[in-house]
Amino acid sequence: MDYFIELFFSGLTRGSIYALIALGYTMVYGIIGLINFAHGEIYMIGAFTALIVSTVLSIFGLPLPAIIILTLLASAIWSASYGYTVEKIAYQPLRNAPRLSPLISAIGMSMFLQNYVLLAQTSDFLPFPALIPDFAFMEPYASTIGSSDLVILVTTAVVMLLLTWLIKFTRTGKAMRATAQDRKMAMLVGINVDNVISITFIIGSALAAIGGLLIAAHIGQINFYIGFVAGIKAFTAAVLGGIGSIPGAVLGSFILGLTEAFATGYVSSDYEDVFAFSLLVLILIFRPSGLLGKATIEKV
Amino acid sequence: MISLKDIQKGLLVSLWFVFLTFPLLVIKVNPIERVITWRWYNMLWIALASFCCYLGVRVYKSRQLTRHKRVKLGIVKERAAWSVRILKEPSVYIPFLLVVGLFALVFPWIFSTYQTNIMVTALMYIVLGLGLNIVVGVAGLLDLGYVAFYAVGAYSYALLNMHFGLGFWMVLPIGGLLAASLGILLGFPVLRLRGDYLAIVTLGFGEIIRLILENWNDFSQGPSGISNIPRPGLFGLHLSLDQSITYLYYLVIAMVLFTIFVVNRLQNSRIGRAWFALREDEIACQAMGIDKTRTKLTAFALGAFWAGMVGVIFAAKTTFVNPASFTFLESAIILCIVVLGGMGSIIGVILAALILILMPEYLRAFSDYRMLVFGAVLVTMMIFRPQGLIANVRRTYNIPKV
Repeated sequence: MDYFIELFFSGLTRGSIYALIALGYTMVYGIIGLINFAHGEIYMIGAFTALIVSTVLSIFGLPLPAIIILTLLASAIWSASYGYTVEKIAYQPLRNAPRLSPLISAIGMSMFLQNYVLLAQTSDFLPFPALIPDFAFMEPYASTIGSSDLVILVTTAVVMLLLTWLIKFTRTGKAMRATAQDRKMAMLVGINVDNVISITFIIGSALAAIGGLLIAAHIGQINFYIGFVAGIKAFTAAVLGGIGSIPGAVLGSFILGLTEAFATGYVSSDYEDVFAFSLLVLILIFRPSGLLGKATIEKV
Repeated sequence: MISLKDIQKGLLVSLWFVFLTFPLLVIKVNPIERVITWRWYNMLWIALASFCCYLGVRVYKSRQLTRHKRVKLGIVKERAAWSVRILKEPSVYIPFLLVVGLFALVFPWIFSTYQTNIMVTALMYIVLGLGLNIVVGVAGLLDLGYVAFYAVGAYSYALLNMHFGLGFWMVLPIGGLLAASLGILLGFPVLRLRGDYLAIVTLGFGEIIRLILENWNDFSQGPSGISNIPRPGLFGLHLSLDQSITYLYYLVIAMVLFTIFVVNRLQNSRIGRAWFALREDEIACQAMGIDKTRTKLTAFALGAFWAGMVGVIFAAKTTFVNPASFTFLESAIILCIVVLGGMGSIIGVILAALILILMPEYLRAFSDYRMLVFGAVLVTMMIFRPQGLIANVRRTYNIPKV
């Protein structure tokens, strides 16, 4: 039973991270109908920025709380800037191109960013500093849930609430929803669609950066390649929940996280990634609109 | 052409990129020894490069705009691309083809074995590119797991040879057929989906195949791979290493010619025109009575067939296969060949494969930056020249006026 609970919490932690990345996919897809392949790389850049900033700050001798806050800010800001720039360079000029063009451009961007980090930094695994301290009150439960698991779960919950508030109750959120429903109509009622798309990319990238920072602090090491697999898995989660739907992305992420945790725990850890990919193939075959997505009918 | 405002904006752009690349390009930390290296010279490079790039794009765009205006006003005529002019002029392309053919024929006799070996690789990528071109370029199905079929071909030769002692010529069609049937098996459920889902599913599928090959030790000998695969035989003659590479070279040349012939015939056939139509507009295509799934499936299976055959040749060439040769990177390279060459364009794909495979071999300094450049190529081609280096010349009918 203890083993089951341990796996359950590890699944929840995984799920939270996937959720933070999957939200970026699903928001972008909802608004411009593009699979943002480079999103996984944005997450990786968030983790790398966090590593660099926190190491520099700790060498400068700042106290831990200051390091944590500044690192979080820096990685969110830089990732958001990367997301914004990628959109401006690689997607905006292709807004009216055939469907395949932005997708290929996105794959190119993903390859570019991955190799940019590889060349600018290193191909080795880098140890990530332990940013999350072990809390004393978590001591009795340490065998089933670690302090970093708790921090990840709480942060994800807070971020989700903030995002829901932003989308449901603010002017920006309203504009985003309107653009997602009908871009042309949104333009007609005076919404600056380009700005809305930029904001979507910025929010999605900042969320991915928070995910990158948290998982890096949890696992303790990163390299330039982490974005690729995390990106595909988060995409799987987004599709599982119904791409374009925000609650769907969260639900899908937790399902995927738990499935992976139990499958690796009870079956075999060699095939960890195979489970996720097979799940993706199966969903797309049997329920392409996902759990919470609406089936869209193509109209002429 | 360049106004003061452009320069101002250019400076802003370069400032933005300096900010953007600051943590990753300028700072390098060693978390274990707690040392920071500051690389300020990178900042200078980025500032200069982004400024120049911005101005270059501005100039290109303004020139394109003025040209467009002049064509509209009727001052200059719209000019066909140089590639189209060359391809349409028999007095140009016949001697050109003769020279290329002669060069290809004598290549192994004038260059060393090493050079021939590289050329064999490049030729293999031409065939792979032409195979993927059927799927991506002609039928418009973005397949990111193409390397899976390549792996199936390579492993089918390795395993069939190891267990049953089958020879190269026997396995060549078998490998192709195995890959094609796998393509049908995967394509059947997936091809009903929208295009971008297809991309992800094929990507996932490619990874699944690689992971299975890596982890299923009893079947594929895991990450250590299978070695001692025999080279292709020639009526039982004993060939030295040099001779066998020369033989392989001619074999691949024949393969390239065969592929060009088939792809060319296919493009102008009924099914080929159905592919083009499907790429342009699925709904209109269905309305014309084309079976969408079956047409797509044919393209998918044919592409896989070629990948499978090249996989067999790959296994015979290297005499060793392991899962590390079949990563997503390989799929990306092949996709890059198709995009750079021009979707649907045979001559473009050939040119692109030669450029992309031979360049990193001969410019060693450049080879570290290979994947970076490939990524940038995909983005820039999509933005500035979506039709590729040499655009495909579409078949046109001139209907005389009555």
